[in-house]
Amino acid sequence: MKALRVDRSTGRFMLARLVSGIDTGTAAKIGPLTLANCEPPTLVNNEWQRVHPLLTGICGSDLATVEGHASTYFEHWVSFPFVPGHEIVGTLDSGERVVIEPVLGHAARGAELPFPDAAPGDGDDYAHLAMPPLEPGIQIGFCNSTGGGWATELIAHASQIHTIASDMPDERAVLVEPVAGGIHAALLAISHAAKTEAPIFAVLGAGTMGLCAIAALRKYSPHATIIVGARYPAQTQLAKMFGATSVVKPDELMRAVRHATGCHVVGDYLSSGAHVTIDAVGNSDSIALSLRMTRPRGRIVLMGMPSEVTVDLTGLWHRETQVMGAYTYGTETFPNGARKRTFLLAIELANEIHAEQMLSATYPLSEYQQALRHASEAGARGAIKVAFDMRQEKLR
Amino acid sequence: MPRPGFVLDVDRSTPPILFWRGENYSLEKLPADRSRVIYAPEPEAAIEDIDSAIRHALLNPIEMDPLPTLLFPGMKLTIAFDDISLPLPKMTRPDIRQRVIESVLDLAAEAGVDDVHIIAALALHRRMTEDELRHMLGDRVYDAFAPRGMLYQHDAEDPDNMALLGETPQGEEVEINKRAAESDLLVYVNINLVAMDGGWKSTATGLSSYRSLRHHHNTHTMENSRSFMDQHKSELHKSNWRMGEIMKKHGPKIFQIETTVNNDTFPSAFNFLGKREWEWNARDRAKFVASSAALSRTPARMRRNIFQSIEAPHQMTSIQAGEVEAVHKVTTANVYRQQLVEVQGQTDILTMGIPFICPYNVNSIMNPILVMCTGLGYFFNLYRNKPLVREGGVIIMTHPTTNEFHPVHHPSYIDFFEQVLTETTVPSELEARFEKKFAEDEWYKHLYRTGNAYHGVHPFYMWYWGSHALQHCGKVIIVGGDAPTIRRLGFTPASTFNDALEIASDVVGRSPTITHFHTPPIMIADVK
Repeated sequence: MKALRVDRSTGRFMLARLVSGIDTGTAAKIGPLTLANCEPPTLVNNEWQRVHPLLTGICGSDLATVEGHASTYFEHWVSFPFVPGHEIVGTLDSGERVVIEPVLGHAARGAELPFPDAAPGDGDDYAHLAMPPLEPGIQIGFCNSTGGGWATELIAHASQIHTIASDMPDERAVLVEPVAGGIHAALLAISHAAKTEAPIFAVLGAGTMGLCAIAALRKYSPHATIIVGARYPAQTQLAKMFGATSVVKPDELMRAVRHATGCHVVGDYLSSGAHVTIDAVGNSDSIALSLRMTRPRGRIVLMGMPSEVTVDLTGLWHRETQVMGAYTYGTETFPNGARKRTFLLAIELANEIHAEQMLSATYPLSEYQQALRHASEAGARGAIKVAFDMRQEKLR
Repeated sequence: MPRPGFVLDVDRSTPPILFWRGENYSLEKLPADRSRVIYAPEPEAAIEDIDSAIRHALLNPIEMDPLPTLLFPGMKLTIAFDDISLPLPKMTRPDIRQRVIESVLDLAAEAGVDDVHIIAALALHRRMTEDELRHMLGDRVYDAFAPRGMLYQHDAEDPDNMALLGETPQGEEVEINKRAAESDLLVYVNINLVAMDGGWKSTATGLSSYRSLRHHHNTHTMENSRSFMDQHKSELHKSNWRMGEIMKKHGPKIFQIETTVNNDTFPSAFNFLGKREWEWNARDRAKFVASSAALSRTPARMRRNIFQSIEAPHQMTSIQAGEVEAVHKVTTANVYRQQLVEVQGQTDILTMGIPFICPYNVNSIMNPILVMCTGLGYFFNLYRNKPLVREGGVIIMTHPTTNEFHPVHHPSYIDFFEQVLTETTVPSELEARFEKKFAEDEWYKHLYRTGNAYHGVHPFYMWYWGSHALQHCGKVIIVGGDAPTIRRLGFTPASTFNDALEIASDVVGRSPTITHFHTPPIMIADVK
């Protein structure tokens, strides 16, 4: 099969990290990623199926890997060499079109479910992520045993496969996975402000994940005030379309939140602030800003993968701010007690918002350097999501 | 004998004309045979013995008894005065207000009045600093009254110190400072820089609150004032005068003191800026070249400090005291005498250089909202009869228009720029959607009451000032400014004056008539 593969090579990771500041395309060329003809992954048992990707998105965490910026945290949770790509719409051998819930959960590894009908992302013990029968890997796209979406073939467990309707275009389906991530983050935000009739949510960053969170906040909290910090015009336009109350430049966000709440400014901090801030950027500056504009005893949902950061946490301590990670999805519990798989909600929401609006460009695997460059410069080039298109690949 | 205002028809021999560009200036060549330049009248002679003139006015008021007869022991006397927003630039010490207030205090002392409060009539403007108050009132007044809490600044957000006097038949609430309202005599000390100042606007606006101001500081009033400088056609004037009727019935006795100043705007180092270009001598030309080159290499902050430190030599040309309306009639005639310039007909393109100062950035930054207000709110409205530019015509302003705000003086302006203008620039729409929230914002109130910030609603008022111009003009172009900032204002950026003329041709054709409004000094175009 044809695949983009990441090999364990410290030197290449270092080179990629050095060069990525200048050009992601070059980083992809000299870094740990190569386009190769490899053996397809072996089916583990009859609960597994072959998936032939049609479109696979390029995510921020993929770029971090290719550019050598991923945290060492993942060293023990991934297995090399692996094929990246976890935002996948593809076909099974039967021809059935599916989207893949990439998390390699208990069911995929034959482990006991944390509760009946648990989704792959559920549970409070991650031991199974590094256990046989698969090599370590948190998701398809980071596991040597399964392959990933930047290829013409991969394998997926039955628990990860969601059939989609025939009228759902591939371009929409490829965004179901990020939409699920957005819903999960939004519901973490909404649950914290459940007792507030008209909560104020701040969203920092309006790339794919931020936009998906905005759409989900609007759907599940219709009366909320949603204030968004967006850097680029295309992001601003979609943020408004997806339900943002107001969209400002990121450096104007704190003032906009202050104005919405009517609170004071004391030093660098708002006296009150947003009930919840969703940080869809995930660096030192964005976390520090989130701390400054989230109200005391409010919550910050970290949606962007932060890696190593330097932040003064005195404000967090004094304001008793909750900081909560929002990694992927699983089973969501609504304020009325109803439970539903995030992925099913995501298919619904992707249809409602016509999520394909976020797909800006596609590239064949052979043009991966251009694709990665485009993805890393997406905002500045007026793009949101860039994906690989395998529909014309010969090895499908 | 000062020369009157003058309209120059530009021909091939006309030298390039001075255009202000904030804290710098340039010379621009105007197209011959279809351009004209309007110059202000030369400064009138100042009163030689100002203190005697003041005393004479207090002892011989118009339609009112002399001030000493209104003063008696045990009375409550309040003296209110215009704030830092005028004159522009600030005048050299002693300021007229100091001289007038010292005279009033002398008479009060002679009459045995000891309950005297002096209040800066800020309305919703920023509180002044001690230095600014000292400059305006002098050390003697400041040291005698401020430490004892008897010299202070009006607080329109202090509900315990506001008094509702009543409503006009149009439902306009008249609420003013309680101490002023409950005084046996309110003496108002005014400097009349332009024709819309003074009269009932002094008290009905200067000592009032948002509750009162909203009745005339709104888009309806502004769009229907043609112009603010013509009392008979100004809705703003009419509303203030209606409020004046309520003040007469239910308010304190008012002794109005109004003064006018000449338009001697620039100290000797910059006096070429007030001259007509063809009369520049070699020294003037050298000053222009040297100063503009030096300023273009000077950091913005330093440039600002240089200009904000200018103290104008303008001086008092008249003083009249007594009954508000009778006094104001004389004052207005005196203002017109200094400022009116007769102009024949309208123009396709009106050009104006926006200088470093307007009423709301004294010792501060001319932010983009104030650029709009200065050009479209003030300069555009400096007319009688009809606007200088024809309906559907183009206004070209020159100014750097950077995205820069004074965070202490203009906090709500920043939010207005970032959160309101990104949604709409239509005055009536932003008024309906956003004004109330800004006006009632507790943080803005806090900064207005305890810091040196303009009230939260103030940027809206600035935008409303320009609403008549926005309604009237086909396009507004700003030359030499920050393009994204200008676009956010809803205007068109141009890199050079010639580019601006090219852009304007889409609206007014290839051979438009052009009029340059050569201000400062301040003048009023009497358009026939």
